[in-house]
Amino acid sequence: MDSLLNLDILLPTLVGLPLIAAILTTLLKSHGLRASISIAMALTQFMIAAALLSWLSGSGTSLETQYQRYSLAGWGAPLGIDLAIDGFAALMLMLTAALTLVLTVYSRYYFFEPHSRLDKTARFWPLWWLLIMGINALFLSGDIFNIYVTLEIIGLAAVSLVALDGSRAALTAALRYLLVGLLGSLCYLLAVALLYRAYGTLDLAQLSAVAEPTAITWAALVLITTGLLLKTALVPLHFWLPLAHGSAPAPVSAILSALVVKTSFYLLARLWLDTLAPAATDSGLLMLGILGAAAICWGSIQALRATRLKLMVAYSTVAQLGYLFLLFPLALPDEDARGAGLSGPAVSAIGYFIVAHACAKAAMFLAAGNIMRTFGHDEIARLRGLAKYMPLSLLTFAIAGASLIGLPPSAGFLSKWLLLNVAIDAAQWWWAIIILMGGLMAAMYVFRVLNIAFTSVDEEAQTEPKNLPINKLPTIMSLCAFLLAMLTVVLGFNAELILDLVTVGDDV
Amino acid sequence: MFQTPDFKNNSYENELPFATRVLCAIVIGALGFGLIAALILTENISSSLPALVQQKLTQSGVQNPVTAVLLNFRSYDTLLEIGVLLTVAVAMLPNANFNSDINPDMPGGNRSSGRLVSVVNSAAGNPPLEAFLRWLIPMIIVMAGYMLWTGTALPGGAFQSGALLAGAGVLAQLSGRIQFCFTSTTAKLLLTIGLITFVMVAIGVATTTGVVLQYPLELAAPLILLVESAATLSIAAILLLSYNTLATQVFESPSEHSTFEHSAFDKQPSDVTETSAPNETLQSQTAEDPKS
Amino acid sequence: MTQDSLYIIASVGLFGIGLYGVIAAPHILRKILAINIMSVGVFMLLVTSAKNVNSTPDPVLHAMVLTGIVVAIAGTALALFLAGKIHALSEASDEDSH
Repeated sequence: MDSLLNLDILLPTLVGLPLIAAILTTLLKSHGLRASISIAMALTQFMIAAALLSWLSGSGTSLETQYQRYSLAGWGAPLGIDLAIDGFAALMLMLTAALTLVLTVYSRYYFFEPHSRLDKTARFWPLWWLLIMGINALFLSGDIFNIYVTLEIIGLAAVSLVALDGSRAALTAALRYLLVGLLGSLCYLLAVALLYRAYGTLDLAQLSAVAEPTAITWAALVLITTGLLLKTALVPLHFWLPLAHGSAPAPVSAILSALVVKTSFYLLARLWLDTLAPAATDSGLLMLGILGAAAICWGSIQALRATRLKLMVAYSTVAQLGYLFLLFPLALPDEDARGAGLSGPAVSAIGYFIVAHACAKAAMFLAAGNIMRTFGHDEIARLRGLAKYMPLSLLTFAIAGASLIGLPPSAGFLSKWLLLNVAIDAAQWWWAIIILMGGLMAAMYVFRVLNIAFTSVDEEAQTEPKNLPINKLPTIMSLCAFLLAMLTVVLGFNAELILDLVTVGDDV
Repeated sequence: MFQTPDFKNNSYENELPFATRVLCAIVIGALGFGLIAALILTENISSSLPALVQQKLTQSGVQNPVTAVLLNFRSYDTLLEIGVLLTVAVAMLPNANFNSDINPDMPGGNRSSGRLVSVVNSAAGNPPLEAFLRWLIPMIIVMAGYMLWTGTALPGGAFQSGALLAGAGVLAQLSGRIQFCFTSTTAKLLLTIGLITFVMVAIGVATTTGVVLQYPLELAAPLILLVESAATLSIAAILLLSYNTLATQVFESPSEHSTFEHSAFDKQPSDVTETSAPNETLQSQTAEDPKS
Repeated sequence: MTQDSLYIIASVGLFGIGLYGVIAAPHILRKILAINIMSVGVFMLLVTSAKNVNSTPDPVLHAMVLTGIVVAIAGTALALFLAGKIHALSEASDEDSH
C-alpha cells in the first residue's frame, strides 16, 4: 500500500481551507462575492474530504497503517503536534464536509432578507468558516492541548453565531451558552494539566500507550467528562441547549445540533474507549448509559410540551443525544478491544446513528426555518393547515421525522436496528427497551406537528386568526432541506458505505 | 442557575436558596479535597519534554525555549489561537449595512470605508493626558518593538508587544483626541494580517520542506520574526477593537436588532436620542448619532 | 507542607471558588469574574507543574499558559460584549415602556 500516492497533505488542507475562507470573507466587502467564495470553498472541502476518505479506505487494509498521522512543523510527538485520523474521525470529517456544502448553499439564500437593510453576512460568513475550521481541526487533532484550543474556537464561534440575530432572546441564550462552554473548557483544561503531570506527554497516541488506572487519571477522566457533558448537553446539564438552538438562525441551529454537540461526544468516546480506557470504570460507563436513557425520556417529554417548532426540534436533539451515550455501556463486554482504537460493532452503530441524526436534524431545522421565514412565526398551535402552503417543507419534516423515529427505510431505522443488535448481543436487553420506547416517544411529538399541519382549516368557521404566508421562500431553500432528508433515505439503503469506513483503523 | 442575566447591583432576589448554595459549596469542597489529595500524593513525573526542547533548541531558530515552543514546535496551537482572537474580533465588529455609503454606527462618520485613525477636537477632551501622551506613546511604540525583538532570547514576543500597543491605543482614545473606526479597510487588514502571514508562511515552507509549518533551518529565525511582527499588529488591533466596542456599546441604540418576526424598520429609535450620563472616560464617543 | 503542596491547594482552591461563583453568584458580572478566577486557578496549577530541579522550567507548560490566557481574554471579552448588549436592550425597552 505504500506505493500509492501519499495524500496525507490533505489533512492540514482540511484545516487550512476553511481558515482561508474565513480570512477572505472578513476582508471582502461585497456580500455576493463572499457568498460565492463560500460556496466554492465548501465544494472544494467536500471534494477533499471525499478524496481523503477514498484514500483512507484504500490504504486501510494494511496492518501498519492503523490510521494516518501528519506531524505538523516536522517535529513528531511529543515535541510537536500531530494530526491523526482513523475511520471514525474520517467519517465525521466527511459528514462535516457534506453538511457544510448543503448549509452553505442554504445560508446564501437565507441571509438575503428582503426587508432588512442590515448585512448580517459580514459577520456570518467569517464566523461560519471559523466554526467549520474548528470542527475539522478537532476531528483531526492528535494532541490534547490542541483539542482544548479547537474546543474554544468552536465554542466562541458557535456563541457568536447564535447571537447573530441581535434580539434579546438570542443574546441571552448565547450568553448562557458561552458561560456553560467556558466552564466546560476550563474543566477540560484542568484535566489536561493533571494528565501532563501524570504522564509527561500531550499526545493522544502516547497517552493511550502509557495510561494506567491511577487516581490522577481517574480524576482527569471525571473532569474531562464533566466538561464535555456540559458541552454535549446531556441531561441534567442540558439546560442551555433548547434556547440556544431554538433562537439561532436556521442554518446555525442545523450545524449546532448536527455537528457541534457531536464533537464533544466524539471526544468523550475517544477518551473513554481509546486513550484513557484503563481508567474507565464499569460503573462509570454504566452511569453514562443511565444518563443517556434519562435524556431520551426527558427530552422527548419536553419536546411534546414545546409550543414553538424550533424549541421542539431542539428538545428532540436533547433526546437523540441520549441514544449516543448508550455506546458506553454497550462497549463494556469488549474488554480486550478497549484501548485498541475506536472500533467494534457498538462504535459502528453509533457512528451510523450520528450520521443519520445529523442529516435528519439538519433537515428538520431547515424546514422549521423555512416555515418561520414564510409565516413569520413558528408556533405549533398556529400551524394548522400548513400543508396547503408549504408541501415540500412539510414532506421534508415528515421524512426527517421518520428517520428520528426509526421507521424503515430511513437511516434512523438502520442505526437503531444496529444498536438493538448490539444490545441484545451484549445481553443488556434493558437498553433495547429504552431504544424502542424512545422511538415511540419520538413518534408522538413528530406526529403531533404533522397532525396539526395536515389538518385543513375550515374556511367558514373563523374561530382562529388566519394564518397566511407573509414572505415568499426561494425554492432552493426548500430543496436544500429536502436534499438532506432524502440523504437519510439513501443512507438507509446503503449501510455498507459507512460501516466499512468505521472499521478502518482496527487493531487486528 | 442561568436564567436571565441579572444586572442590578444589589439584587439578591434571584439568588439560589441558602440550602442549595450550602450543598453546592459542600460538594465542590469535597471534590476539591479529593483532587488535592490525589495531586499531592502523586508524584509529578518529570516529563521528557524539557530536555527534548533544550536538545532541539538550536534547530529552532531562537534562543528562548518558550518562543521556540510557541512559534516553532507547537506553532499550530499559536495559529489556532490567533484564529480564536479573530473569531471574537469578528463577533464584535459593528453591524454593516447593505448600503455601504451610510453607516450610522460609525462615531461621527458616514462612510463605511472611513479612516482607521482620525483626529477629533472633542470638547470634553483631557488636555493633561493628551500632552503627556505626546511623549508617552512614541516611547510605548519603541518599547513594543523592543519586546517583539527581544522575544527570541529573553521573555517577550508577539503577545506582549501586541498588548503594549493596544494599551497605547486605549490611552490615545482616552485622551479624547484620537478616534478609531474599525469598519475601515485598513482596520480589517490589520485584524487579519497576523493570520494571513502565518498561513502564507505555513503553506510557503511546505513547498520547500514538504511539511506544513516546517521552517527550513536557515530561514527559521527570520520567518519566526516575520510571523511575530504580523501577529503583534493583529493582536494589538483586536485588543483595541475589543476595548472600543465594549467602551462604546453602552450608548449604542438598539434599532439594528431585528428578530425574525419584525423587520429592522419596526424599531426605529427616533425617540431614544439621549443616553445616560456619559462616563468621563467615554466622552469622545458621544459624537455617535443614533439612527434616525 | 512543601511549597508544591501549598501551590496545589491554592490552585484547586481557586478553581473551586470560581466554580462556586459561576453557579451561585447572582450578578452576571460576578459570574464572568468567577470564570476568570477558575482560569487563574488552572494556570497556577500548570505553572506549578513546570518546576524542574535539574534545568530550566518546562517551556511547554509556559506556552500552554500563554495560550490559555489569550483564550480566556477572548472568552471574557465576548461575554462582556453580550452582557452589555443585553443590558442596553433591556434599558431601551424599560424606557420605551415608560
